[in-house]
Amino acid sequence: MQGEVAIREISKSYGTYQALDHVSLDIAPGEFVTLLGPSGSGKTTLLNVLAGFIRPDSGSIRVDGQEFLTLPPHRRNLGMVFQNYALFPHMSVARNVAYPLTLRRVPKAEIARRVATALETVKMGHLADRPIQALSGGQRQRVALARAIVFEPAILLMDEPLSALDKNLREHMQIELKRLHDKLGTTTVYVTHDQREALTMSDRIAVLNHGQIVQCDTPSRLYDHPVNRFVAEFIGESSFLPVEVSGGATRLFGRPLALRERWSGHGTPLLLVRPEKLAWREPEGGGNRVDATATEVIYQGDSYFLNLELPGKSQIALRYNPHAAGGLVPEPGQTISFWLAPANTILIEDAA
Amino acid sequence: MLSDPVTPTQITRGQRLWLYALVTLIALFLVVPCLLVIPMSFSGGTYLEFPPKSLSLRWYQAFLGSPEWRQATLTSLKSAGLTTVIATVLGTAAAWGIHQRSTVFSQGLRGLFMLPMLVPLILVAIGLFFLFSRLGLNGTLTGLVLAHTMLAIPFVVIAVGNGLSSYDMSQHMVAQSLGANGLVAFFTVTLPQIRISVLSGAVFAFITSFDEVVVGLFIASGSNETLARRMFSNIRDQVDPTVAAISSLLVGMVVIGMAVFMILQPKAKR
Repeated sequence: MQGEVAIREISKSYGTYQALDHVSLDIAPGEFVTLLGPSGSGKTTLLNVLAGFIRPDSGSIRVDGQEFLTLPPHRRNLGMVFQNYALFPHMSVARNVAYPLTLRRVPKAEIARRVATALETVKMGHLADRPIQALSGGQRQRVALARAIVFEPAILLMDEPLSALDKNLREHMQIELKRLHDKLGTTTVYVTHDQREALTMSDRIAVLNHGQIVQCDTPSRLYDHPVNRFVAEFIGESSFLPVEVSGGATRLFGRPLALRERWSGHGTPLLLVRPEKLAWREPEGGGNRVDATATEVIYQGDSYFLNLELPGKSQIALRYNPHAAGGLVPEPGQTISFWLAPANTILIEDAA
Repeated sequence: MLSDPVTPTQITRGQRLWLYALVTLIALFLVVPCLLVIPMSFSGGTYLEFPPKSLSLRWYQAFLGSPEWRQATLTSLKSAGLTTVIATVLGTAAAWGIHQRSTVFSQGLRGLFMLPMLVPLILVAIGLFFLFSRLGLNGTLTGLVLAHTMLAIPFVVIAVGNGLSSYDMSQHMVAQSLGANGLVAFFTVTLPQIRISVLSGAVFAFITSFDEVVVGLFIASGSNETLARRMFSNIRDQVDPTVAAISSLLVGMVVIGMAVFMILQPKAKR
C-alpha cells in the first residue's frame, strides 16, 4: 500500500512569527489523520507545506521513502480539496473531473470511464454535463472531491472542505467522507477547527497550537486522556477544578480524591470534569462526592443548562440531562451532589 | 407616500429628469467632435469647413489613392499589431508576477510599470530620440514598436491586474496540485478566466500605438512615418479634408469593432 508519510522537524517562520515549530508526524498508509486546532495554530500551513505551496525553513517530508520538499506541487501526485472548492468555472462538471487525467495524457476512452466512475462514487453521475454555476454548495463539494480522487493520488489533502456547508449537510457529508475513505483507503490529511468533525472521521487527530503538535492520538484516547488543559478544552465540553497535591495525597476541596492513576505530571494539576461522566447518584463501589449549589437552571428542551457554585468560589457550567438523574431537576439555590467514579477522575496539566 | 424618498440620498422622479438632462449633455459633448468630422469629410471644397458647401467623395479618394497615405497606414497597422502582441504578453506576465506576492518589492515594480504613463510624453519622446539615435533605431519599425510597447505596457498591466484582483488564486493552486505545472495551469485555468481583461488590455495597447503622435513625431520619420504623424503634419501644412476622411473611416472601424465585441460578449461571459 502506498501513501506512507513521514514528517520530520518541519519549521516555518514569518519574521518573528513561528507558524510551524519543529513539527514531526508519521502517517501510516491509508490512515485518516486530522489536523485540528484554532485559527493560527499552523494546521493550514502544515497542509500547504505538504501540498508544496509553502516551502518550510527546515525539516523533511518523506512520502513512500521519497523526499517531498524538493518536488514542485504538480509532481507530488496528491489530490487536494480546498475550502472554497476551487472548481474551474469555465469547464463543465465532467471536464473539471477530467482535468487531472487530461494532464496525465490518459487515453480519451479511459478518461470518460474514470470520470464516470469518480462521479458515480460521489453520487454526481447524473450531473456530469452541468456547468459549475448550476450546482449547489454540496454538489460542488462532491465534484471537487471527485476531481481530487479521479487520478488515484497517493494522498488526499482536505482544507476545511465542509466549513461552507450548512450544519445538516455538513454532518451528512462527514459520514459520507468517512465511508468514501473506508472504500478507497487513500491516506488522508484533513484540516479542520471543528472538534466534532475530527472525532467523527479520523483514525488519529493531531491537535495543534502555536505551530506545535500538542497531542496526536486516536479520538477516544484524545478525549479520555488529554495531555493538558488545552487539548481537554478543545475536544469536548469540559470544566476544571483546582486540586491540592501534597506528599502523594490528592485532595479536592479538602476531601481526599480517588484517582484513576497517580498524578505524575509537572506543574499545577486540575481535575477534568466532563458533564457526561458525572453521576448524580452515588455509584456502586463509591466515588468522589462533590457538593454544589445550583445558581442558574435554564431549560433547553432536551437538557438543562446548569451553573453550579462549588466550595472555594469555583464555578462550573454544564449541560444536565435530568433522565440520567432520575428526573431530578434542581431549583436555583438548591444544594445538589454529584459523584465522579475513580475511573473518570482524571488530573491534567494546567498548560494552555 | 410611496413617491416620497425613503433615504436622504434617494432622488425623486422630478429630480431624476435633471440627471437625464445632465447625462445627455455630457454624452453630446463627448460625441459631437466625431459627429462634426463625418459631414466635413464629405466636403467638395479644399478646406476643412462646417457645414460643407458641397458634397463629394474626393477626400476618400485622395486618401486611398495616395501611396504615401497608404504607406503610413500600413506602418501604423504593423506597429500597432506588433505592439499589441508584445505589450500584451509582457504586460500580462508582469501583472501576473506582481499579483503573486504582495511584497514592497512587487508594489515597487507595479509603480515602475506605470512610469511610462506618468512621465510627460514629450520627455519620453526626447529621451527615446537621443537613445535611438545612438542605437540607430530612429526611423525604423523596430524602434517604433519598442517605444510603443513601452507606452502600452501600463494599460495592459492595469487591465490584467484588475482582472486578477477578482480571480481566485486557489484555482491556480488546485490546478497545480492536480498535476499542472505553473505554465500549464496559467494557460488552462487562469487565462480562460481573465481573458476579457487581457483582451481589453490588448485593445488599449493597439489604440496606444495607433493613436500615438508625440513620440512618433520624434522617432518615426522617413519611410516609417506613422498615420497619426502624417495626419498631424497634414493639418499643420495643408488643412485639407483628407484627415476628416481618415478620421471618419477610423470612427466607422471603431463602431463596427465595438458592435462585434458587444455581440460576442454575452456568449463569452457564460
